[in-house]
Amino acid sequence: MVLVYLDQADQQIKKASIEALSYGAAIAKQLGCTTEALVLGTTQEDLTSLGMHGANKVHQLKNDALNFLDVKVHATLVAAAAKKINATVVVFAHNINGKAIAPAVAVRLGAGIVTGACSLPNTSNGFEVTKTVFSGKAFASIKIETPIKVIAINQNSFGLVAYNNSATLEMIDLPIPTASIKITKVEKIEGEIPLTEANLVVSGGRGLKGPENWGILLDLAKALGAATACSRPVSDSDWRPHHEHVGQTGIQIAPNLYIAIGISGAIQHLAGVNRSKTIVVINKDPEAPFFKAADYGVVGDAFDIVPKLTAAVLKAKTN
Amino acid sequence: MKILVCISKTPDTTAKIAFIEGNTKFDESGVQWIINPYDEWYALVRAIELKEKDPATLIHLVTVGGVDAEPIIRKALALGGDEAIRIDSNSNDSFTVAAQIAAVAKEGAYDLIFTGKETIDYNSACIGSMLSALLDLPFISMANHFELNGNTATVKREIESGEETCEANLPLIVSCQKGMAEQRIPNMRGIMAARTKPLKIVAPSSTTATTSISKFDLPPAKSGVKLIDPENMDELVRLLKEEAKVI
Repeated sequence: MVLVYLDQADQQIKKASIEALSYGAAIAKQLGCTTEALVLGTTQEDLTSLGMHGANKVHQLKNDALNFLDVKVHATLVAAAAKKINATVVVFAHNINGKAIAPAVAVRLGAGIVTGACSLPNTSNGFEVTKTVFSGKAFASIKIETPIKVIAINQNSFGLVAYNNSATLEMIDLPIPTASIKITKVEKIEGEIPLTEANLVVSGGRGLKGPENWGILLDLAKALGAATACSRPVSDSDWRPHHEHVGQTGIQIAPNLYIAIGISGAIQHLAGVNRSKTIVVINKDPEAPFFKAADYGVVGDAFDIVPKLTAAVLKAKTN
Repeated sequence: MKILVCISKTPDTTAKIAFIEGNTKFDESGVQWIINPYDEWYALVRAIELKEKDPATLIHLVTVGGVDAEPIIRKALALGGDEAIRIDSNSNDSFTVAAQIAAVAKEGAYDLIFTGKETIDYNSACIGSMLSALLDLPFISMANHFELNGNTATVKREIESGEETCEANLPLIVSCQKGMAEQRIPNMRGIMAARTKPLKIVAPSSTTATTSISKFDLPPAKSGVKLIDPENMDELVRLLKEEAKVI
């Protein structure tokens, strides 16, 4: 049986976890078994509706002490649940919380793990899963050699799949370990789309010349409903907040669309965005290395092109 | 206080990624090796800063690797740290690596274990989390701020929509990322001192690998960029809508 751990924030199941559920259900189909999901903490939504994302059964441990992540507590509980319901494959989203607990769960289950997975398992010769390595510059096929398998699936690599299952909800009873950390403060960036969950991202680099010029980029982002990001020199110069920095040392993202404005495309920047499905590069230097990694390119002055693109987006919306 | 910093050797961020032996092995020819940036810039430097505040602190560095990992661990010692431990084992299996480090960590009874948030080669982000299960210790991942007050650590960690501040008592495991500390460059005095700092070589404990790599692949080459006339942004929007189907 496949067990999918559903991560939540603000009592809402995260998008990345819904995708992990779709992925887990596809594995269950391959293996000819059922898909069950585990929710730790309290939630506001109707969990039986998760059937349409592939769950046959949802287990919930309702306790609001579990609404915030405590790796030691959560990993112990997920491992205990997996044992209780005899899971043979345990699936996580490879998001911030999934990364934090999946490896600990694997150890507690004596299971081999693949994190950053980007394919369904190949079961023709054992159990092999492909993952991204070298910061998205290559793939590795990893054979899991243990009876129980743990997989953390990359965000936005499998997509959401519609299923016709009707899920039942069951309360699971497990002893909750003593808290090992205490959350004292949660600071949210209000009103913005979290970068790692965004489908569309508009990003700016040094080519925009200064923070006072970000208006054209913000207008485009608003027209598209996109999140905003920036390159490292931009966040290092404090033109934009650090949480917007995408790249090797910043956040790694894989949106459907990444629009890079005035970013030359250094290899460290590409490492953070090369898993984007479609890349648009706007740069006045036709030799900018980013064009080699792009699907669409516009050579020219960003200050001229970006407002035109915004206008074109708005025009297409009203049509 | 005793801090253990986990150090990994990785190819330089600009290294050419290629594979040999029927795509089963990373091509190391001509590759420059560096300390995994997250281990160096954030984990190690923050540990050094804590020692600067409290000179009684002992910093041990640990790496799992062959003799070829020694220049990297010496470079780390040149930045700071009192001694290094090299566990003489080569493995691509995260569990094997974590189990080796856990054995050393148990013996050393460390108050704090720092790792980078992930390595830039396998990007698995497993070691800190695995250590927490192997040693049954609390773990805080993707920390961008760390303060110590007696036996209590205050740590800020990244979450999808912002930042979370948490408190935990030592002993504790933390994976580190940008924000923890500023990158440093080793100075001549550090480099000279590193030559004589103890580097202990430890035989690996016996573990069974849980995974193996069967092959590598390079992503298919992009079909080439489609250039759009800067005067025709309607065309770009049309392509994004109809061809790429992303908006």
